[in-house]
Amino acid sequence: MTPTLYSASDSDVSMNYDAQKQKSHRDASRLRKRIFSAVREQDSVEDDSTVGNWSVPAPRISCRNVDVNYGEKQAIKRVSLDIAHNEVLSFIGPSGCGKSTLLRCLNRMNDTIPGCRVNGEIKLDDEDIYLNHIDVVPLRAKVGMVFQKPNPFPKSIFENVAYGPRIHGLTATKDELAEIVESSLRRAGLWEEVKDYLDHPGTSLSGGQQQRLCIARTIAVNPEVILMDEPCSALDPIATAKIEQLIDELREQYTIVIVTHSMQQAARVSQRTAYFHLGKLIEVGDTASVFTKPLHRLTDDYISGRFG
Amino acid sequence: MDRPPTEGHIIRRYDGELDHLRLNVLEMGGLVVNLLGNALIALKTQDEDLAHQAVAMDYEVDQLEVDVDQEIAKIIAKRCPVSSDLRMVMAVSKSVSDLERIGDEAVRIAGLAIQLIENEGGEPNSQMLRDVNRIGDMAMSGLRSAIEVFDIWDEEKALQVIENHKAMEEEFQADLRHLLTYILEDYRNIGFAISVVLVIKALERIGHHAQNLAEYAVFQVCGEDIRSQQP
Repeated sequence: MTPTLYSASDSDVSMNYDAQKQKSHRDASRLRKRIFSAVREQDSVEDDSTVGNWSVPAPRISCRNVDVNYGEKQAIKRVSLDIAHNEVLSFIGPSGCGKSTLLRCLNRMNDTIPGCRVNGEIKLDDEDIYLNHIDVVPLRAKVGMVFQKPNPFPKSIFENVAYGPRIHGLTATKDELAEIVESSLRRAGLWEEVKDYLDHPGTSLSGGQQQRLCIARTIAVNPEVILMDEPCSALDPIATAKIEQLIDELREQYTIVIVTHSMQQAARVSQRTAYFHLGKLIEVGDTASVFTKPLHRLTDDYISGRFG
Repeated sequence: MDRPPTEGHIIRRYDGELDHLRLNVLEMGGLVVNLLGNALIALKTQDEDLAHQAVAMDYEVDQLEVDVDQEIAKIIAKRCPVSSDLRMVMAVSKSVSDLERIGDEAVRIAGLAIQLIENEGGEPNSQMLRDVNRIGDMAMSGLRSAIEVFDIWDEEKALQVIENHKAMEEEFQADLRHLLTYILEDYRNIGFAISVVLVIKALERIGHHAQNLAEYAVFQVCGEDIRSQQP
């Protein structure tokens, strides 16, 4: 009895064997395609085009084919990039790659630079910000900026924050103004440290505090977008961590674009990362995937410290 | 992949650290291959001394695993590896734990060899051991290829290792059935057969670990995690 049982199951196995083998070949080739397509993708990337997801649905800011020239020199070459609502997008790349230039284009800070021409289209909430009738003053209130070196006005802490809302006519009464100053300082995480010294000069604060004061000044005028140009490069690690925590909190209300030379900072604070090289946008993608599996060789080399 | 995976950093000491990590894995791989080879030969030739030698080699394997783990912690703390470097460090970290387990399985085989030699005293069971030789060769070639793939990336070979394990599983099932027929023939074979089952089970596990090693290599080079996605 038993031997027949065994031979029966053996023949079952051999009957299915060919079919199984065929299936396994098919599956293997599918697997092969899946695994190695990624590698081939990286090998076949053309140097001129941006790889990754540069576009998002319903962007807050959208750039299309942006060229920027300083006189004869082209600083940005045909960059197309979307920035989503409530996201932190970081720009990284070696010095002179055009990341700060593009950042400055987003609130027309380049207008004041002689010989600077911006071509292409940059839209904020579907409105082209480079049209002739656009007034840059309200634009810059909507798109605020924080610079590398903290630059408080030579006035009191209170006045530093109150200045913007006052000139933009955002408040009717003194109490309202005081309220805005307090809430801005609170959101910038500075209120508890300065509430008893509001009449002291802004410049009397420490570097990290000054930078948070500048952020409070920026958010006091109710912006939609905050641009940050290496906001932590003059700060110590503790002050840097405070700013990074602040960026994470501000993301709930604002769209933030940050230029940073610290790749680890980009990895820590941003949801998407854009890598620039010689004026070109090489790669954009989710920060996590850019730092674990960049698509472009140049990105890989830069973030892993192979050139820069 | 035209550039060696560890080279090209501006900080050259980083190249050296990653390269050292890689060499440690290769050294560990070499040790484990020797260990398994000795265990299998000891079983085949009933060489008790060789089996004891194999058991003693495991200490070195374990020591290397500890060393590599410490190095990895240092590299993460000092260099914050990203991208392909990060994937390599992760692949190494996982590979050494699989290599260490392969070492353990090989030691188990050596231990069983010692037991068989002592108890059976050269009983005529060479037929049962024939199955062991076949699956043993498969495990060995899978392990060798997996280590070669880690050393020099080769997509064909990586897939072969992953495929190889499926064939091994089939072989394992066939061997089990085969051993069962010996037991049915003569109940006195049970003791020996159980030992042989444990040996082929250990070899099947080694095949599985070799497959893992190949999968880590795929992850390192391609950034694709293909674990538990095999057909």
